[in-house]
Amino acid sequence: MKKIEAIIRQSKFETVKKALHEVGVNFLSHWEVTGQGNEQQGKVYRGITFSTADIKREYISIVVNDDFEDITIKTLLESARTGDIGDGKIFVSEVSNAFRIRTGEQGGETLK
Amino acid sequence: MTTDAVFDILWILICGILVFFMQAGFTLVETGFTRSKNAGNIIMKNLMDLVIGSLGFWVVGYTVMYGSDIGSFIGMPELFYDDKADMHNLFFQTVFAATAATIVSGAVAGRTKFTTYITFSLIMTILIYPISGHWVWQGDGWLTDLGFIDFAGSTVVHSLGGWAGLIAAAMIGPRIGKYKNGVSQAIPGHNLLLGSLGIFILWLGWFGFNAGSQLAISGDNSIAVSGIIITTNLAAACGALAALILTWVRYGKPDISMTLNGALAGLVGITAGCSVVSNEGAAIIGLLAGITVVYSIEFIDKKLKIDDPVGAVSVHGVVGALGTLLVGVFALEGGLAYGGGFKQLGVQAIGVLGIGAWAMITTFIVLFILKKIMGLRVSEKEEIEGLDIHEHGIGVYND
Repeated sequence: MKKIEAIIRQSKFETVKKALHEVGVNFLSHWEVTGQGNEQQGKVYRGITFSTADIKREYISIVVNDDFEDITIKTLLESARTGDIGDGKIFVSEVSNAFRIRTGEQGGETLK
Repeated sequence: MTTDAVFDILWILICGILVFFMQAGFTLVETGFTRSKNAGNIIMKNLMDLVIGSLGFWVVGYTVMYGSDIGSFIGMPELFYDDKADMHNLFFQTVFAATAATIVSGAVAGRTKFTTYITFSLIMTILIYPISGHWVWQGDGWLTDLGFIDFAGSTVVHSLGGWAGLIAAAMIGPRIGKYKNGVSQAIPGHNLLLGSLGIFILWLGWFGFNAGSQLAISGDNSIAVSGIIITTNLAAACGALAALILTWVRYGKPDISMTLNGALAGLVGITAGCSVVSNEGAAIIGLLAGITVVYSIEFIDKKLKIDDPVGAVSVHGVVGALGTLLVGVFALEGGLAYGGGFKQLGVQAIGVLGIGAWAMITTFIVLFILKKIMGLRVSEKEEIEGLDIHEHGIGVYND
C-alpha cells in the first residue's frame, strides 16, 4: 500500500477530485493548508505593495493499493497542472498496514 | 402645538435615530479595517462612546454646548438637562457628540489601553466637543459672530475628531510592526466585507446627519431638506468615484478600502456646505474630497509615519477641513466661485484653524496627563497577542 500526498492549488481541487473519481480513486482526505514555496503573491493594500510567500493550498492524502499507485500519480500530475510556478508537489510513501474500524478487517481489502 | 412644530420634532427624531445608527457603521468600518485579534476591543470602544455620549451629554455636555452664552466661548453648564420641550434636541445633539468621540477610536486602534480611551472619550464628550461646538452652533459663539458656516459639522464634529485622532495616534505611537526600518508596512484589515457594510450604514446615517441639521421639515424646509439629501448623496458618490480612479491609476488596481474611504470623504466634505452649495458644487467638493483623502492617507502613513489604521485623520480631519474651506469657494452666496470674494473663505479658514488648534491642544494636554496617571499603551505582549483576550477576556471569533 502506498500513501500519496499532494499539495495543490485550491483552484484545481475540484478538477483533481473529479479526475481521481474517474480513474476509480474514491477515498481521499483533504484540508486547507498555508505554506511557503517558490511562488510569491503580490498584494496591494491602501497603496502599500507587499508580497507574501504564505499561500493557501489544498493538501490531499490518498492511500491506495500498489496497483493504483501509477494511475493515481499520473492523474494528479495531469489534473493539478497549470504550468506556472506553484502547481504543488506529490509525495509517495509506504504504508505498512490499514484497518477498517467498523469490521476490524485489515490489509489491502480495506481500501476497496 | 401646531402641525408644523410636530413635523419638525418628528423630523429631528427620525434623523437622530439615523445618526444613532452611524455608531454601528463606525464599529463595522473600524473592525473590518483592522486585525481580528482587536475586534472585540473596537466593539467595546464604540459602544462605550455611545454610552458615555448618552450619559455625558445629558448630565452636563448639552448645556456646555447650548447653555446661555458666557463670553462667546462656552455655555452655562447646568446639571441633568431636563427641559421637557427640548428633549428632541438633546437626543439629536447626543448622537452627534458620540460621533465626534468615536472618530478617535479608529485612529488609535490596536494598541491603546481601554481605560485610557474611555476616560478620554468622556472628556471629549463633555468638554472638548461641546465647547468648540458652542462657538459655531449655539448662536452667540465667536465663530458664529464672524459668519463662519459649518452647517452639519465638517469641522465641528469631523475635523475636531480627526485632529484629536492625529494627536492621539502620534502620542500613542504606531502599532508594533507597522514601520520596519522606517518603511510603512501593510497591515491588511481582516474583513473588508464588514468594512463595506459599515460604509453603507454610514452613508445611510449621513442623510440624518446632514438633512437633520436643518432642524425642521415643515413648509419650505422640506425643499431645503431634499436639496441637502441630494448634495450629500452626490458628494459621496463623487468621493468614491475619485478614489476609485485615483487608486486605479496609482496602484494598478482599484483599491477596495481606499474607495470606501473615498465615499466617506465625500460625505465628510459636503457636511459643512450641504445646504449652501449647488448640486454641481457638491459634486466638485466630493471629487476633491476623494482625491485628497487618498493623498492624505499616503502622506500621513508614509511621510509623517503616524499610524492611523483606518484613515480617520485623513477622512475626518483633513477632508473635514477641506470641506469647510470649500464652503468659502462654492457657497452660492458669498463663495469665491460665484464672485463673493475672499471674505467667506477667510472666515472659513479662521474656523478651521481655531477648532483645529483647540482639538489638538486639548487632546495633547488630556493625553499628556493620562499618560502620567494611567499610561496610553497596552504592554507589548498584550498588543502582539491581541487586545481582545487581554483587555476583555475573549475574542470575537470563538469557533
